[in-house]
Amino acid sequence: MTESVPKRHPRTTLGTVILNAPYTLWAAVFIVVPLAIVAYYAFTDVNGAFTLENIKALGDYKETFIISIWYSLIATAITLILAYPFAFFMSRAKVSRQKFMMMLVMLPMWMNLLIRTYSWMLILEKNGIINNLLGMVGIDEIKMIGTPGAVILGMVYNYLPYMILPIYTVMSKIDPSLYEAAEDLGCGTWQKLRRVVLPLSLPGVISGITMVFVPSISTFYISYKLGGGKVQLIGDAIERQIQSAGNYNLGSSLSLILMVFILISLAVMNKFSDNDGGIVV
Amino acid sequence: MKKIFARAISAVLVTQTVLLASSCGKEKDPSEYPVPELVGTTINVFNWGENISDGSDDSLDINAEFEEKYGITVNYTNYDSNEIMYTKLKSGAVSYDIIIPSDYMIERLINEDMLKKIDMSKIPNYKNIDDKYKNMYFDPNNEYSVPYTVGMVGLIYNKTMVKEKPDSWSVMWDEKYKDNILTFNNPRDSFAIAQLLLGQDLNSTDKADWNAAKDKLLEQNKVLQGRVMDEVYNKMEGENAAIAPYYAGDFLTMKENNDDLEFVYPKEGVNIFVDSMCVPSSCQNYEAALLYINFMLEPEIGLANAEYICYASPNTTVVNNEEYSLKDSEILYPSEENMPKVQYFHDLDPEIRSYYESLWEEVVRG
Repeated sequence: MTESVPKRHPRTTLGTVILNAPYTLWAAVFIVVPLAIVAYYAFTDVNGAFTLENIKALGDYKETFIISIWYSLIATAITLILAYPFAFFMSRAKVSRQKFMMMLVMLPMWMNLLIRTYSWMLILEKNGIINNLLGMVGIDEIKMIGTPGAVILGMVYNYLPYMILPIYTVMSKIDPSLYEAAEDLGCGTWQKLRRVVLPLSLPGVISGITMVFVPSISTFYISYKLGGGKVQLIGDAIERQIQSAGNYNLGSSLSLILMVFILISLAVMNKFSDNDGGIVV
Repeated sequence: MKKIFARAISAVLVTQTVLLASSCGKEKDPSEYPVPELVGTTINVFNWGENISDGSDDSLDINAEFEEKYGITVNYTNYDSNEIMYTKLKSGAVSYDIIIPSDYMIERLINEDMLKKIDMSKIPNYKNIDDKYKNMYFDPNNEYSVPYTVGMVGLIYNKTMVKEKPDSWSVMWDEKYKDNILTFNNPRDSFAIAQLLLGQDLNSTDKADWNAAKDKLLEQNKVLQGRVMDEVYNKMEGENAAIAPYYAGDFLTMKENNDDLEFVYPKEGVNIFVDSMCVPSSCQNYEAALLYINFMLEPEIGLANAEYICYASPNTTVVNNEEYSLKDSEILYPSEENMPKVQYFHDLDPEIRSYYESLWEEVVRG
């Protein structure tokens, strides 16, 4: 990309340096320095001496990591399945309807995450809304709260907009004349979807996957509330180490390894994105 | 849900009263206040959640009263556990003038030189404190702490769901109540139940004891619905669970919302605690902090607080007040024959502390 259009790459002049300075400073102070502190804590003990103990201790968290990755993969897959058709119909709807649908997507995000999650707790509770409704039609109550399903539901519900929005943005940019051209060339509905919509929407899908997978894997509050303290994700372990156990060192090594996972997933997604998408990090 | 709304509303009210109080303050001359030189200053108070009468449900808004009386702004924040309070304080990123930790945490803070001595000559109301709660093991010379509330842990159950009245902590392992049992989401309280059941000392320094307690807790995972802290209110009031251990005072709050809830002190004994007001060494407004401590011990303020928090009060003017509605509560103030066996938590040495923290990780990972 850079080789083919070198002229569009702005030269670094004093002006650009000055204009970039506030952000560079911001990034250095609030991103680079904290990361360095995390790395420092991860490799030291309480007295500040170098140690690999915190890294070794990660072995105990193998299952927690596997569960975290597994649940976030499931949550990402479900959001994709729900979001893709929705984004497609939204992008092809009348403009006024598109705005309305957009509002529906954004509406839950106007509420605080804590309140949304708390509401789900009340819905899924043993004596909650769903079980009460089931009871009225004579169905036995189902155990929902405190199960992995509840945690995944929480993730899907909270992160769904992050999947819909990028896919919708990419799809709404597809030139309608491409559909006409495809029809002229004899494509049926299915082929139109597979050969036109799917390839052109891929960058949106990839950025959606990233935007859902990354927060899912580092989820903590949702898993505690909906998992009833029984489903432990890696984010919960980090929170506990830092907040209650006061073990910054183990907390940091857990965070560090989590960041490594996130970087790997970003690298993988970037490979797929083929350089021409709207993404990413 | 009610709790959430109550909190949201009280947050709004507190900010409003802070604004009101500060605007009123400007109209009044500083010399009209008892301590003119402190007028216009701020104190930072760091207290447990739901641990002060804050004006909700027609109660007295104590912080607002203090602001009005002294013209000092109260910046009030909450924590959920002693450990969270400790990590925040230790990080040095915050400075508080008043904290209200429990006994064992006070012991630790004193050991680590994180508390300032309280000048008792400036706390005339200290005479109101019951002698029972003076010279406690964590502060033998009454230099660092002034008792605020007293409480015990007990077992809460729903009598429609639990047929025979439980008398032992073992009911929390009973298969009959699978998925209907809650427990504490913090290591010390959770371990304490297993330790009591195993007949151990809560402050054991023997790792074998802690291991045995851990095995007991792992066994409990099978029947547990979840681990909670303040979520317990909704869970028990809404009959989403049948059994939960919690602090006696909080049970009285739950009972108001669901009359089927009952409470026992199990025969193996329970943990007792004293939460006391302390001044951290990083305090910025020492004189105002002393005023605040003294103010909390005033008979009418202490009464409003005891009625609202529902914990037992160490203040004799409250306990002996005819108007105090919980005066005869057998749960808060058990008579001799109903008094359970009690044990205090002590500060454990760092090695045991990190040992039980690592065991706790095993327990929650299941």
